[in-house]
Amino acid sequence: MTEFTPVAAALGGALIGLSAVLLLWLNGRIAGISGILYGVFSRQSGERNWRLMFVAGLILGGFAYQLITQMPLATRTDFPVALLALAGLLVGIGTRLGSGCTSGHAVCGISRLSVRSIMATVTFIATGMITTTLVRLIVGSTQ
Amino acid sequence: MTDPEKVLGFLDVFGHWDPSLLMTMLGAVVVTTIGYRVVLHRGSVLKGVLHLPTRSDIDTRLLLGSAIFGIGWGLAGYCPGPVLTGIANDVREPLVFIVAMIAGSQLEKLWLRQHPTGASVQEPPDS
Repeated sequence: MTEFTPVAAALGGALIGLSAVLLLWLNGRIAGISGILYGVFSRQSGERNWRLMFVAGLILGGFAYQLITQMPLATRTDFPVALLALAGLLVGIGTRLGSGCTSGHAVCGISRLSVRSIMATVTFIATGMITTTLVRLIVGSTQ
Repeated sequence: MTDPEKVLGFLDVFGHWDPSLLMTMLGAVVVTTIGYRVVLHRGSVLKGVLHLPTRSDIDTRLLLGSAIFGIGWGLAGYCPGPVLTGIANDVREPLVFIVAMIAGSQLEKLWLRQHPTGASVQEPPDS
């Protein structure tokens, strides 16, 4: 179980927003991370390079956060590997089929008042909530 | 939000609900909305050209894809962004997830080529 941390959460969100705005201003691109990650494998340097830099930044940001706060990122290590792989598979299929994820649709898309993104966001939040509720019902609370 | 328990806390809406992720989205959308307006009003970017999504239709692929993404998200509490950042502490879970995610995206790409939907196979993502 986790505690409500509104200030930290909102601040983090604001930084995510700043990142998205900078990417649009500096590179003219939408910060949809699923698309950015998949495009890292493009054979065209024009498509690949900026994406590679962004992904590197995401990881470096994690290191920077830990350096600045002198605290490790909260992580988890005990999730069943098979389920983790299944979840990853579904996210890979779903984000590609649905043309985006939480950053692309929920952050960037909603900010552009895109009806596509609003519908996508409502949908994945709904199925996300249903899934988590069902899983926790079946497994019971792990806390 | 690199902590999957934080995300699952938000998705566990009937359990011990932690609305923190909602605050994160709020913070992100407020900043992005304002920032995007400024950038788009200027109409120019520092490097290259503006690549904005052009589609406005709601189709089956969008809804089905989003539904499937949500299931995977609600299962493990990871989505593409934070799971990459999570590498900075412990790489084990992110690695499994990221490899599977990339595999899934490749599977979808192959499936699309087998069953053309009329839309261009090379269609750019919304994001």
